[in-house]
Amino acid sequence: MQVLKRKTLALVGNHAVAYAVKQSKPQVLAVFPITPQTTMLEKISEYIASEELNAELIKVESEHSALASIYGAALAGARVFTATSSQGLLYMTEMIYWAGGQRVPMVAAVATRAIAEPWSIWDDHQDFLSKRDAIWIQMMAENVQEAYDMTIQAFRISEDERVILPVMMGFDGFILTHTMERIEVLEDGEVDNFLPPRQFNLIDFSDPIGVGPIATPEDYIKYRYEAMKAMERAKGVIEEVMNEYERISGRKQNGLVECYKCEDAKYVFVTMGAWSGDCKVAVDRLRDAGVEAGLLKIRVFRPFPKEKIEEYLRSMKGVIVLDRAYSYGSGGILANEIKATLYGYRVPVYSVIAGIGGKDVRPRHFQKVIEDLINDNLEEERWLL
Amino acid sequence: MLIKVPMGVPVARPRIGSAGKTGLWRVEKPVIDYNKCTKCRLCVIYCPENTIDLLENLYPQIDYDYCKGCGVCAQVCPPKAIDMVREVK
Repeated sequence: MQVLKRKTLALVGNHAVAYAVKQSKPQVLAVFPITPQTTMLEKISEYIASEELNAELIKVESEHSALASIYGAALAGARVFTATSSQGLLYMTEMIYWAGGQRVPMVAAVATRAIAEPWSIWDDHQDFLSKRDAIWIQMMAENVQEAYDMTIQAFRISEDERVILPVMMGFDGFILTHTMERIEVLEDGEVDNFLPPRQFNLIDFSDPIGVGPIATPEDYIKYRYEAMKAMERAKGVIEEVMNEYERISGRKQNGLVECYKCEDAKYVFVTMGAWSGDCKVAVDRLRDAGVEAGLLKIRVFRPFPKEKIEEYLRSMKGVIVLDRAYSYGSGGILANEIKATLYGYRVPVYSVIAGIGGKDVRPRHFQKVIEDLINDNLEEERWLL
Repeated sequence: MLIKVPMGVPVARPRIGSAGKTGLWRVEKPVIDYNKCTKCRLCVIYCPENTIDLLENLYPQIDYDYCKGCGVCAQVCPPKAIDMVREVK
């Protein structure tokens, strides 16, 4: 195989996403600054000021307005983008549901961060996962390279006429947004070919339509049923788009889930986001010590890749799900989903809640949990305080 | 030509009369006294149901099939040329 010499850059996560946005050529953007996303907005502003990106960046007074303005632009046929985090995502929430229900193609990058109160600027997944029922596709990056790749893929998936759903790309606040990594980027022309200009346009002055209509009880449920169907169709489209990207970039993309040494594993971790990298280190160390450990990384949370998860996990001796978010009064959000997926199989699922509000989690923490599991000393739910 | 809206995307197609003859809802009927009317068109602009058209001579004409009789036109008319006449006993 011919080894491609790729353009390589050293970028922090926010700048990598901004670079991907520049190459994806959105025409309208509206972003309100919030830590830890702000430096992405600053970089995008620089690209527009230097005319490297020819787009309208609307200055808005809130996240709610940010999404409202790109919502209109997207319906008029523009490719649109926004980004936010934490409280900003919550403030945007009403419009998030509007965009999902209206099936507006758009991409939002979410630099994940804890939610007040207590006030925190550090990383966890509570903001991101609170939007799981808003009819948005949700993907989560493990590292800066994935954040770059997923941003470009997100536009393609969102605008695919079999899907037509907004896409949220989550990447861990600070851990990815402010960490510099070596990444390989595509050439501008390659992105142009992968991402042709948007075809679909709802606005036609010769045939007016009303957007945001009321639906009677007879019709409302039918729209929600169609949204459910679109989410199911999205699974195939996401795999297809990522496979095509893999061919262009020459880098493995893994689709909906990534299986790291889990084919012959007996015990497997399930993670999402940046700490999957730490978990891989833990898996390697455990393998060196003779423990048959593995990792299943969830790359796409909505639609939830049930079939893949079932395929990989149904014969495991133990599954440890790591959550950076919690549904209070219920359980770890990812853990609950995994338990539901494995219903009917005799697979013990353990839930570990850690890293909330940015608390540091290291490979040794993962190792300790699996050692406790093997020694029959792990509770069904454990908080790493 | 109808534009192709992808399946499942909720949009409305407002059409005249899609809710039936809404003029039947009327209690009071606005009647224009064309001797007083100055052709200022405020009634045309203010009508919330868009049921007042301009004739070729630029006088307003109310479409009673869809006028719900809200009375906004009578309120905004500067020379008070519109009377609200009770239709329902």
